[in-house]
Amino acid sequence: MSTLLQQLANGVVQGALIALIALGYTMVYGIIQLINFAHGEVFMVGAYGGLATYTWLVPDSVKDVWYVSLPLVLIGGVAVSVAVALVMERFAYRPLRNAPRLAPLITALGVSVFLQEFVRNFYPNATAALPFPGVFVQGQLVLGPIRVGYSGILLIFVSVILSVLLQTYINRSRMGRAMRATAQDPDTAKLMGVNPDRVIVLTFVLGAVLAGVAGVLFGTYLNNINTDMGFQTGIFAFTAAVLGGVGSIRGAVVGAFIIGLVKSLAGQYMPGGTQYDYVWIFVMLILVLVFRPQGLFGEPERVRA
Amino acid sequence: MRKHSVKSAAIVVGVLLVAGACGTNKTEAGGSGGACDTSKGTLVIGVIAPQSGGLSALGLGIKNSSQLAVDEANEKCTVKGYKLAVDTQDDEANPAKGAQAATKLSSDPNVVGVVGTLNSSVAQTVQPILLQKKIVQVSPANTNPTLTRGADFATAPKRAFDTYFRVCATDELQGPFAANYLVTKAGKKKIAIITDGKTYGEGLAAEFTKQATKNGATIVATAKIGEKDTDFASAITAISGAAPDALYYGGEYPQAAPLSKQMKSSGLNIPLMGGDGIYDDKYISLGGGDGDLATSVGAPTEKLDSAKAFVDAYAKKGYKDAYGAYGAFSYDAANAIIGSLATALNGGDWSESKRADLLKAVGSYSGTGATGGIKFDEYGDSTNKVLTVYQVTGGKWNAAETGEFTG
Repeated sequence: MSTLLQQLANGVVQGALIALIALGYTMVYGIIQLINFAHGEVFMVGAYGGLATYTWLVPDSVKDVWYVSLPLVLIGGVAVSVAVALVMERFAYRPLRNAPRLAPLITALGVSVFLQEFVRNFYPNATAALPFPGVFVQGQLVLGPIRVGYSGILLIFVSVILSVLLQTYINRSRMGRAMRATAQDPDTAKLMGVNPDRVIVLTFVLGAVLAGVAGVLFGTYLNNINTDMGFQTGIFAFTAAVLGGVGSIRGAVVGAFIIGLVKSLAGQYMPGGTQYDYVWIFVMLILVLVFRPQGLFGEPERVRA
Repeated sequence: MRKHSVKSAAIVVGVLLVAGACGTNKTEAGGSGGACDTSKGTLVIGVIAPQSGGLSALGLGIKNSSQLAVDEANEKCTVKGYKLAVDTQDDEANPAKGAQAATKLSSDPNVVGVVGTLNSSVAQTVQPILLQKKIVQVSPANTNPTLTRGADFATAPKRAFDTYFRVCATDELQGPFAANYLVTKAGKKKIAIITDGKTYGEGLAAEFTKQATKNGATIVATAKIGEKDTDFASAITAISGAAPDALYYGGEYPQAAPLSKQMKSSGLNIPLMGGDGIYDDKYISLGGGDGDLATSVGAPTEKLDSAKAFVDAYAKKGYKDAYGAYGAFSYDAANAIIGSLATALNGGDWSESKRADLLKAVGSYSGTGATGGIKFDEYGDSTNKVLTVYQVTGGKWNAAETGEFTG
């Protein structure tokens, strides 16, 4: 029983991480119908940005004071991932906005590879895994049979709060309304006075902020980052977004937590152990898509007139 | 509008090309043999090892040590009439890339031998390619016994690859040696085993299990993790239910280190013991803690008298990376090839027909190197069966016990 509870806790932490990244995937798809494969790399770049901030910008005297260094590292990481996302949108995706759907897809793959190799070659010592400082309270919270690291709890909190904030922003604010309008019908939205470029840039920025935060918190949780992590976690996040219904914020978060839980529980209880946890995630994805192709919260594809 | 996007595209393409051109494969010539006669040309010693990725620390040490051996040979004019060079190919610890690297090296007629590989899984794809071109291969680090003696290595050994030799001991000695230490000396009777599913880790864990159960320990839990996993919470929860008092890990340090750290911080405060795959300073910097153990092939390089010359020469060259666990072995492997080449050529010219002579010379090579005596048995295995147990104390690896596994 305690193993089950512990694995549930592990799954929730995993899910929280994936949710932050899945939100970026789902938002960009909702607005411009592009699966931004490079979003996982934005997450990775955020982590490396945070590490760089810690190594070179945070003064030694405050390095151990977590409530000073953690915000600084977060700001650094987010700044880097937002910068990368802006450059990516401006130079790789905007020129292809009216091109056939395949072109931006391949470009996204190309940007993903480019970012991975760029960091691997130019960040000092990034050819192997790098230790990431634990910029949060170290140690574990013990609730009966469950132990969760404080960094893990932070991850869950931040993930839930940011998702709620994002949902509120999109539902209540003017820009949020503009985003929803562009997602529903970009041409009519333009007629209504919505500037599509601004909306798309905002979408990318919001996604990048979430991914940057995820990157830094992932580093703090596991104390270890490498250039591969974007691809690995990106696969889960993309799957979560599809599972929940691409384009739906709620779907991305729910999908992410489901994926996290399945990964944990399948690793424990299914034959093959943790080596086959990926298999069960994709089995579940296939089952959901067979019976509900639009995902859990998505809307069925409407053919635009 | 059009001009703008063309310019942007050109910038992106240009940057991509520059990034792509910064590869890690380099051909470096040996030292300037000023007084040597190098009129007949250059002969190449290939090196196949990970130069990038998680295990690059070990692979760079292998490359540098081989380069050192080649530089010294050039200064001493060991191979008359020829200059020696090193051609390093990055296999990224990936069997498919290793096969590509081997194919590239084997297409060069000047490649006389290869020092490599690091990973047993990569060796499996490299061996047949080099065998086809009869290029001699001496590994400084492969420990899986099937590479020299076939699938039935314990009961019906059969030499599969005549071109393959190694200078280090094998896992069928390393696993039991570890078991003897962990069970008998350290008194751990309830052991959990985690492996990464690769050739090396699985083989090593299997050999360990055999001896550990013979010594009276019970294997209370096993788990497997994926090669690219970074979060081991699931695996740790899976084994902690059985309350083990030690963990034996079959795999390498990029995963062993975070595994050890996560295990200890999740309350399972038991030592992690592994094989030569985790014995590197990076293990400690990535999360390995005090009390963790590892076995490695050979006696500690710093303690051997025969290694002093190697350690001093390596330091003098000022390489950026340490020689690592396999530096001394690579140095000896390269020297075995160079020495045999000198014998086989005997002042003559190199040609394809000399490959058979070179193979024979390597098989009967006998010398003293940085790791002690270098000699190969009829299967290509080294006669040097020394192993050492290391323990992390005070944030550093320290030798705990050196010996041989005798049964």
